[in-house]
Amino acid sequence: MKHLLGIDDLGAEGIGEVLRLADSFLEVTRRDIPKVPALRGKTVVSMFYEDSTRTRLSFETAAKRLSADTMTFSAGSSSLRKGESLLDTVRTVEAMGIDAIVVRHKSSGVPQRIAGWIDASIVNAGDGWHEHPTQALLDAFTLRRHRGDSFAGMKVAIVGDVKHSRVARSNVKALSALGAEVTLVGPPTLMPPNLEGWPVKISYDLDVVLPTTDVLYVLRIQRERQQEALFPSLREYAARYGVTSERLARLPADALIMHPGPTNRGVEIDALVADDPRSVINEQVANGVAVRMAVLYMLLGSGEGRAA
Amino acid sequence: MRNPPAWSAPDPTGPGHWLLRARVFEADDLKRAVIRIAHEIVERNHGADDVVLVGLYTRGVTVAHRLAAAIASFEGVEVPVGTLDVSFYRDDIAVRRVSPLGPTQLPGDVKDSVVVLCDDVLFTGRTIRAAMDAVVDFGRPRAVQLAVLVDRGHRELPIRADYVGKNLPTKWDEDVRVHFEEIDGDDGIEIWECVPGDEGAPGTDDADTDPGGAT
Repeated sequence: MKHLLGIDDLGAEGIGEVLRLADSFLEVTRRDIPKVPALRGKTVVSMFYEDSTRTRLSFETAAKRLSADTMTFSAGSSSLRKGESLLDTVRTVEAMGIDAIVVRHKSSGVPQRIAGWIDASIVNAGDGWHEHPTQALLDAFTLRRHRGDSFAGMKVAIVGDVKHSRVARSNVKALSALGAEVTLVGPPTLMPPNLEGWPVKISYDLDVVLPTTDVLYVLRIQRERQQEALFPSLREYAARYGVTSERLARLPADALIMHPGPTNRGVEIDALVADDPRSVINEQVANGVAVRMAVLYMLLGSGEGRAA
Repeated sequence: MRNPPAWSAPDPTGPGHWLLRARVFEADDLKRAVIRIAHEIVERNHGADDVVLVGLYTRGVTVAHRLAAAIASFEGVEVPVGTLDVSFYRDDIAVRRVSPLGPTQLPGDVKDSVVVLCDDVLFTGRTIRAAMDAVVDFGRPRAVQLAVLVDRGHRELPIRADYVGKNLPTKWDEDVRVHFEEIDGDDGIEIWECVPGDEGAPGTDDADTDPGGAT
């Protein structure tokens, strides 16, 4: 495999391979010296055209723990401001002699375009509303650490702004490929306009779904993407779909609560809920490094990429 | 052989196929070799107090456990056993697909201990090179020693074993297979040779199916 642009690049088998690799890398990250020389001599560039804390740091940590060299490109301080185009920027970066680019961009499809222009491996770190494959992989990995390989029949409810969520899209693909049953929950205005062919159920009422849910996946309300009024107010949203302590009483005792971060405490999730014993939100972040190590190792360490 | 091909196991289902050339160890021979090596380890280190046996996946782990059992039986000391996966330290990562084999678990601190790396077959020495790099990432042992059941020659690095079950001269493209009851259903050591088919010959296929863990 040369690129990771979306979950479809992997399929169920590839997802399984990433998760198994991540087991080994999780052990590495827990060592006193949490570093192996697997990707020595490789260079990984992170190009982030959109704000990010955890994804960018997570990828850079992953690359460093594999002994790869890392370079960071952030849109704010680059020649973008002088008007350099995406194509020219990417070509410039490639000319430095690099092996992989980790891309985040506000427009869907940008990683795919870049993959067509240059020879390096491209990892999609989130493109517009399209996909965020490593987030879905680390979510699946976190679930697997708790539930083992038995995804079949697992009931996952993804709650919130599904329409604008690349996390939801990647998770629907990954979790249903592994055999989980995904239900999307949210107001009609926050559902994608066309759900034909999606392997999901739809519900507009969180309270009905909660009692039969094994995994409650809460999406972030993306205030930066809200130009149109898709719901009356944040308070109104919180009242119907916010995950509050009262709602959590209806969630089974052995369920898990997940959130891709960063959380808007008090909007989609109550301050106390994020600290509920069923919450694995912090584990998701910790597992992110191991999963991204697995992805980088798979792309750059298989001998299938660029000649060393 | 002046210019040996990059070693890899031919696909047993492909045009070339493997043929048993000789069974060099039966279960009893293997048992005697393990007991002798166990004695040598204790003798060389004046006891077994500081010794840590570290098995390299896959069959080196079995070797380590058997040596520990032997030492316990005659010396009365429980020697700690660790497992080591050297995959991420290999030098051929970008050349072929290298997949991890199992969890690395070293017992406690290796600092100031005598680490005895255990493997079934010593071949090019590259696995052992990787293992030494991996071990020192966990601490600085007082010494690192190497115990193998078979030394089949063809070294590509300046590495030698401290304890050897049997020196077994082989051709480059032969395969030495150590069998263990726990993994393979019987104990023994065999040499297999590859009979090329119409087009398949040793050195043409992926090494994923490496049947004997041979480097």
